[in-house]
Amino acid sequence: MSGRVLVGVKRVIDYAVKIRVKPDNSSVVTDGVKHSMNPFCEIAVEEAVKMKEKKFIKEVVVVSCGPQQAQETIRTALAMGADRGIHVDVTGKDYDNLGPLQVSKIMAALAKKEEAQLVILGKQAIDDDCNQTGQMTAALLDWPQGTFASEVTLEGDKMKVVREIDGGLETIKINTPAVITADLRLNTPRYATLPNIMKAKKKKIDKVKPADLGVDITSRLEVLRVDEPPHREAGVKLETVADLVDKLKEAGTI
Amino acid sequence: MATVGPLGRIARLGSSICRNHRFIFNRSSQRRGIASCLDPAHGLTDEQKEFQKVAFDFAANEMAPHMAEWDEKEIFPVETLRKAAQLGFGGIYVQPEVGGSGLSRLDTSVIFEALSTGCVSTTAYISIHNMCAWMIDTFGNNEQREKFCPDLCSMEKFASYCLTEPGSGSDAASLLTTAQLSGDHYILNGSKAFISGGGDTDVYVVMCRTGSKGAKGISCLVVEKGTPGLSFGKKEKKVGWNSQPTRAVILEDCVVPVTNRLGEEGQGFNMAMKGLNGGRINIASCSLGAAHASVLLARDHLLVRKQFGETLSNNQFLQFKLAEMATKLVASRLLVREAATALQENRPDAVSLCSMAKLFATDECFNICNQALQMHGGYGYLKDYAVQQYVRDIRVHQILEGTNEVMRMIISRSLLTES
Repeated sequence: MSGRVLVGVKRVIDYAVKIRVKPDNSSVVTDGVKHSMNPFCEIAVEEAVKMKEKKFIKEVVVVSCGPQQAQETIRTALAMGADRGIHVDVTGKDYDNLGPLQVSKIMAALAKKEEAQLVILGKQAIDDDCNQTGQMTAALLDWPQGTFASEVTLEGDKMKVVREIDGGLETIKINTPAVITADLRLNTPRYATLPNIMKAKKKKIDKVKPADLGVDITSRLEVLRVDEPPHREAGVKLETVADLVDKLKEAGTI
Repeated sequence: MATVGPLGRIARLGSSICRNHRFIFNRSSQRRGIASCLDPAHGLTDEQKEFQKVAFDFAANEMAPHMAEWDEKEIFPVETLRKAAQLGFGGIYVQPEVGGSGLSRLDTSVIFEALSTGCVSTTAYISIHNMCAWMIDTFGNNEQREKFCPDLCSMEKFASYCLTEPGSGSDAASLLTTAQLSGDHYILNGSKAFISGGGDTDVYVVMCRTGSKGAKGISCLVVEKGTPGLSFGKKEKKVGWNSQPTRAVILEDCVVPVTNRLGEEGQGFNMAMKGLNGGRINIASCSLGAAHASVLLARDHLLVRKQFGETLSNNQFLQFKLAEMATKLVASRLLVREAATALQENRPDAVSLCSMAKLFATDECFNICNQALQMHGGYGYLKDYAVQQYVRDIRVHQILEGTNEVMRMIISRSLLTES
C-alpha cells in the first residue's frame, strides 16, 4: 500500500458569479470572469488532508486538468495541506471539449502511475453538474466506488462509506483501492492559513500532457447550443380559493 | 430586493442543479459579487490573491452573517477573532519566530480590505491589535517579544493602544500621563481616552511621560490587565464600531516594571509615529473594503429596483454616479497600496504617502458608502440593509489614527519645509 491519495480538483466559474451565455449561444462567458475551485472538490481535498492528519494515508497528490490557470487551483489545494500537484496540460479547443469521460481516463491513468490507494473526487462540478467522473474512473480502473459520501472511515484494507441517497443514508463496505466522491456534508473545508499559503509556494507541481499518460482526449460529444433558462414569468395574486380553482381550470391543469 | 439574510456556508454550497437556488445564493453573496473593473485582485501576485481569497472567504462566512448582530448588541466577537488569529491574522506583519505571519504591508492592506467587507468594526480592531503586536515585536527586546508576541499573534491575549487622552488628541505630544521612575518600576498616573478594546483586552501599550515636556519626554510602557491601579471608565455608546468596546483607561499609582518599557526612555513618541504610519494604511484599507462592498450593494440594488417603469440602472444620473464611485474607489485603492509599498521599502516619501492615502481613501470611501446609501432610497436608512452600517462604521476613520486635518498638516509641512 503506497498510502497515496489522488484528489481531482476542477477550476470552475465562482459560484457567486452571474453566468452569462455568449451571444453566439456556443457556451458561457469565461473571459475575465472570476474562477475558483469547485466547492465539492474543496470538500474532497479536505477529506484527504484529514486522512493524512489522522495518519491513515501518507501523501495527498492533487490533480487538475486544464490550461495554465489550473495551477492556481492546485496551489489552493496545496495551501489546504496537499503535498504535491500534477497539472495535466489541456488547452484551447481540447479544453473546451474536455468532459467526464476524458478526465476519468486521465485520472485512471494517473491512479495507476502513482499507485494510488484511493481516488477522491467531488461528486459533481457546479458548471456542468455531470456527476459522472467519479463513477467512470472507478469503472475504468475496475475499482469499487463510494459515491455521494457523507462519511468515510478506513477499516483495515476496507472502507466504510455512508452514502446520501434519495431514501436517506446507505452504508456500504468496499475494498480498497477505491474511488470516493464527496458530497456536501462530508466535511467543512478548512481555510488555508497564511503560513500554509506561503509553504505551498515551495511545493512541487509537475506538468504532464494527456499523451504522456497514453490517454486520447478526443471528445465523442458535440455541444450544439447553450441557452439561458427561460425568464421567470410574473405570477398573479389571487383573492379567493374559488379564483384559484378557476385559474387552474383555465390552465387545463385540473 | 437586497436583503442581509444570513445563509450559512452549507446552504450556499447546496446542490446547484436547481437554478432557483443559484438566484438565491447570488442575492445573499452580494458582497462577494464580482465586477471586473472593481476587482481588488487586479495587480496582485498569485500569493497575494491567495491571501485575499482566504480573507474574503473568512469575511463572507464568519463575519458578514453576524455584522448586524454584533453592531446592534455591541458584542466583542472573541471566538471569531480567535478563529481569524488561527489563520494568521493576529500578527500579520509580525516576525514568524514570535508567532507572526511575516507578511508585507501591502499583503496586510489587501487582507484588511477583504476582511472589512465582512465587518469594518471587527477588522479595524484586528488592525489595532496587529499594530500593538508589531510595536512590541519591533521595539521590544527579546524577552519582551517572547513574553507578549506569541499570545498576541494567537489572540490568546488581546491588545489595546493607548495614546489619546481627554486633553490631547491631535496634539498627541502634549500628553499628561506620567510615569515616575522608582527603583525597578514606574508609577503611572493619568488617563487615556477612547481606547479601542479598553476593559476587555489584556495588554495595553501605553504612551506616557517619563521626561520633560514635548515629544522627547515620552516613553512606551506595556501594562497588563490586572495590574493594581489599572481601571476603566464606562463603555462609550458610539454611532458605529460597536463590535469593539471603547473605554477610558485610568491609571492611578499603577506600578509597571521597568522591564515592560519598550526601548529607551524618550523613544516613545517616535515609536508612536512609526506605528501610526502603518495604522493609517490599515484604517484606509478598512475604508476600501467598506466602499467596495457598498458599491456592489448599490449596483445590485440599481439592477433590481424599478421606478417609472424601468430599473434604476437605466437612469443616466445613477449610472454616472456609480461610475464616479467606482473610479474614486479604484483611485483610493491604488494610493493606499502604493503607500503600503513605500512604507515596506522605507522610501523617503513613505510618511507623506501614508498620510495622503489615509486622507484621500477615508474621505472618498465615506462619500462612496454615503452615496450607496442614497441610491438605496428609504431602504438605505433601514438597519435591515447593510449599507447604513458601512456608512456608520467608516465615518470614524476620518477622525482617528490622526484626523484628516492632521493629515493635511503633515502633507503641507512636507511641502513647505522643503528647501
